[in-house]
Amino acid sequence: MGAAKPTFRRPLVDEVQRRHLLRGGLSLGALTMLTGCDVSDEDGVQRALHAVSRWNDRVQAALFSGTRLAPTYPESAIATVYRYNAYYAAEDAPEIGESTYRLELAGMIGDKRPWSIAQLHALPQVSQITRHVCVEGWSYVGKWTGTPLSVFLDRIGADRTAKYVGYECFDGYYGAIDMPTALHPQTIMAFSDRDGRLAPRYGYPFKIRMPTKLGFKNPKFVKVLYVTNRRPGGFWEDRGYNWFSGI
Amino acid sequence: MTAAGSLHEQRHSLLVRVAHWVMALAILIMIGSGWRIYNNWPILPFSFPVWLTIGGDPDLSYAQHNESGTANAIAWHFAGMWLLFASFALYLLNGLLSGHFRRDFLPLTPRAFVRDFTAALRFRLEHRLGEYNAVQRAFYWGVLFAIGMMVASGLAIWKPVQLWWLAALLGGFDFARVVHFFFMAAIVGFLVVHLALVALVPRTLRAMLLGRASEPAHPAVLAEGVD
Repeated sequence: MGAAKPTFRRPLVDEVQRRHLLRGGLSLGALTMLTGCDVSDEDGVQRALHAVSRWNDRVQAALFSGTRLAPTYPESAIATVYRYNAYYAAEDAPEIGESTYRLELAGMIGDKRPWSIAQLHALPQVSQITRHVCVEGWSYVGKWTGTPLSVFLDRIGADRTAKYVGYECFDGYYGAIDMPTALHPQTIMAFSDRDGRLAPRYGYPFKIRMPTKLGFKNPKFVKVLYVTNRRPGGFWEDRGYNWFSGI
Repeated sequence: MTAAGSLHEQRHSLLVRVAHWVMALAILIMIGSGWRIYNNWPILPFSFPVWLTIGGDPDLSYAQHNESGTANAIAWHFAGMWLLFASFALYLLNGLLSGHFRRDFLPLTPRAFVRDFTAALRFRLEHRLGEYNAVQRAFYWGVLFAIGMMVASGLAIWKPVQLWWLAALLGGFDFARVVHFFFMAAIVGFLVVHLALVALVPRTLRAMLLGRASEPAHPAVLAEGVD
């Protein structure tokens, strides 16, 4: 979301002063248009919107099919450039050392021993050419290759009856997905894309690629993977985006 | 609907009025929040003025959430969606089952449309309260179709995987966005004309609010004085 957007463009005090100025100007528009930027910032409104968002999670979970596959495309449809997107510049993406990396496991998992990159690469792999859809509205077709997450979850003795699979990443990003999506055949731990081994900015050593979710649900450079029945939040979800965000 | 004798009368059932106003609110929410969402990744070389959009104060959102209010706009959009579904379904079902559509929006022939449209362009189209001319009928069918297309293209954008067939029917994910934008523009166009005509014949607003309105049967000509 907005790779180009700086984290905090101005000191907060400055920010707040500007906000009051802006709000004064905005209330006129709000009155005439019934749109109300002011209305939108009220706590009660936010709570109501959040309640509807949670309801929409349930609707989306009901609409989701564990066997329906996302459309796939021919090699010729693959985008020339994979769009980089994060809340920081691509140069700031964490660089993971191949020999030192260990994937940590936690929660409702039988065998929590950490995994090295070599061990991960020894798992069976599949390829997919699917559409990556961003919540911002853009999309592109890309190719990814890696291990189905369901295969890995079985290998580590994860409790498949649990509700959520959560992740924490090396850049501080965090989030979770529902178990049916985690077990979907196209949800893969992608080690490479069209250009081979994932570049740091795209999530080396792996990103969890799932064509049934919006882009921001696909975590990069995963540090910890865990299984739980308590619904974890997420980086963008905690900033007001819908939790399920299935497509 | 035209009263016999010396009075033209317009009546709207409570169901129609509730559906109309809920739909009006829903459409305002959908357009306002939709414009903010559009602004995040415009498909045409322009953006909507932020003050016309729904999604909260962008600066406040930056300070609190490190994003420009798209999350808020999306939350509005997917809440307004339910209002639109419900009111649109209520309106359609009632219109079909009560005979409202058949009685008031039909018949509609190309010949009648051309006749009335030409008259309207020359500002010579009569407006009889309680009776829709062919241009109005075409407009109402048109906006109902546009809302239907908004629902279809919206679902295709929301669920291009689960409803892949719908997205495919609408030319794929990217083209469905264009379709969604196009029918939004059509609805905005309808609203402009609709509101202008209500301003010209304010009694229709009274009918949509209170259920009935009437006027003497010698019809007024819209925008008198123009030849």
